[in-house]
Formats: sequence, C-alpha cells, structure tokens
Amino acid sequence: MTELPPFQTLIDEHAGDVMAVCRGTVGRADADDCFQETFLSALRAYPELDEAGNLRGWLITIAHRKAVDHHRAKGRRPVPVAEVAEVAVEDPEPGDGIWTAVGALPPKQRAAVTLRYAGDLPHSEIAAALGCSPEAARRSLHEGIKRLRKELA
Amino acid sequence: MKASLNRLAERAAAEGLLDVAYAMADSPFGQLLLASTPRGLVRVGLPNQDADALLVDLATRVSPRVLEAPGQLDEARRELDLYFDGRLERFRLPLDWRLSDGFQLAVQRRIARIPFGQTRTYTEMARSAGNERAVRAAGTACGRNPIPLVVPCHRVLRTGGALGGYGGGLPMKEGLLRLEGVLDG
Repeated sequence: MTELPPFQTLIDEHAGDVMAVCRGTVGRADADDCFQETFLSALRAYPELDEAGNLRGWLITIAHRKAVDHHRAKGRRPVPVAEVAEVAVEDPEPGDGIWTAVGALPPKQRAAVTLRYAGDLPHSEIAAALGCSPEAARRSLHEGIKRLRKELA
Repeated sequence: MKASLNRLAERAAAEGLLDVAYAMADSPFGQLLLASTPRGLVRVGLPNQDADALLVDLATRVSPRVLEAPGQLDEARRELDLYFDGRLERFRLPLDWRLSDGFQLAVQRRIARIPFGQTRTYTEMARSAGNERAVRAAGTACGRNPIPLVVPCHRVLRTGGALGGYGGGLPMKEGLLRLEGVLDG
C-alpha cells in the first residue's frame, strides 16, 4: 500500500488551481459546484489510490471530467422560461476578460487552454484528460491560443 | 475560497467521507491539535508536538481522509476551554481508542478514570491494569497516551512524588497540576 498524505495537504496545495480550472471550464457562476464535486469525488476514491506520485494532475483531471459532466447535464436541462433573469447574474470581474474569452472557445480548445494554463498540465496529461493523442491536444491548444489572440487583439 | 472549503468539509461529513476531522485550538499552554473520527476524539497533540507529523501518522494509521473541519471539534474545544478555566472536572466527550491496544489500552482506560485534582503512581496504574510488576510498561503507556489532557496522564507521578515525564514537557505537567490544585502556586 502507498503512504498517502493527509487529504488536507491536497486541498492546501491545489485548491486554487482546481478552482481556476473549474472557472475556466464551467464559468464563474457554476465554478463552486464543479469544485465541490471534484474534491468529493477525489475524497471518495482517495484511500484506494495506488500511486501518490502526481496528485495535482489527478485532481485537475477529475475537475475536467466534472466540467464535462456539467456541460452534458446542462445541455439536457430544459430551460425554465418563467425563471429567466432579466439581467446578467454574472458580473464580470476585473481581470476576467481572458477567461470570458476562453469560455467562448469551442469545447476541445477551451479544455486544452484551461488545462494548460489554469491547470498547468503537460501535453501528455491534457491528452489523457481529453482522451486524444498528444498531437491532437497540442493542435487544440494551438488553435485555441490563435483564436484568443485574435479575440483579444 | 474559505466558504467553498467550509462547504466541502460539511458535505464530506454528511456523505460519510470525513474519516478524521481536525482543528487547532488555543490553550494556556499553546496551540493544541484536536482530531476526531465519527466515533469520538482520537488524538490530542500538545503544543510542543509536531502537528504535521501527527496528521501524517493519523493518515497512515486511521485513514488518509483527513480534513481540517473545525465544526466537528466544537464540543471538544468547548469542554477543554471549560477545563482550562477550572469550570469542568470531568470530560464527557466520546473517545475513540483505536490508536491503542493491549496492556497500554488497559492502562490508559484506567488513567481516564483518575478524578480531577488527584494523582496516582506508575506502580498503582500497573497494578490496576492487572500487572503490578509492569511499572516500566505502565510508564510507556502514559507516554504513548494518544488523548492527553482528556485522558489525564499528567495525574500519574513517580512513587515518592517526583513528577516523572510528560509528552508536553514538564512545565506543562506542573502547570496542569497547579490548575487542579495538586501543586501549590
């Protein structure tokens, strides 16, 4: 059995990065739900984890999976017309511009950019999280950045 | 972020995923580490002990699902505050004894019953745990007490009245005995 550090260490060291990935992938309004689901899911699986080598990458990958689940659930959710708010609930915060632009990218590019820059994952791990080849991950990242440059120019 | 983390600790507890909850607590002797499981208080770390090392030990011996969750330790903190204030003589907290076994557990369970303001000797503890000749082992059992203060190993002294040892350092043992009126000053 591997000696796993107290789970609190994972929170102390990586909560900020997990939150950044959640914000980048599901947006500010739903980021906390994604954050909660990520850590609860990690906590559930933690004692059986047989490798304590890259706990950060493990968490970021779970966060990405939760974001995908979130988008799927949202796609299926019927729109409650009577409850539509008349004003935007999400006030953009200063410095948020870039992530708003990231949020507008196509899903693969958005995920690749978020995992690379908020999650700080190498190409190989982005590929594993996206279920594609490292070349495809690199391409998505490249396309995403090109598009962001154009948007923000 | 703080609100998110509090919510996480609450949800983890509600879903049965919080195997070890811990919090730091102030005391007149310095910061204590308090840790509990769903069964009860499992570990008290004294101010001169390395809290990080104690948490690693809990992760290895109880479960790696160790989370800072002060809300789970409210009752323990409340009773300890009253004790340090001289307003509580008997702790009512449920205890989780899983970190001890065998003769050590037998000795520690008897230590838990020594009343406030009284003392026993290591020899008496050895005898009451069923082996009068195991005085040294009784001393070891005191030293390895996982729940000091609540299990008051500071009330065990050497025959003749010498203080013996204490995990939190002798000044703390003296301070506690003074608080309980055993020592003058």
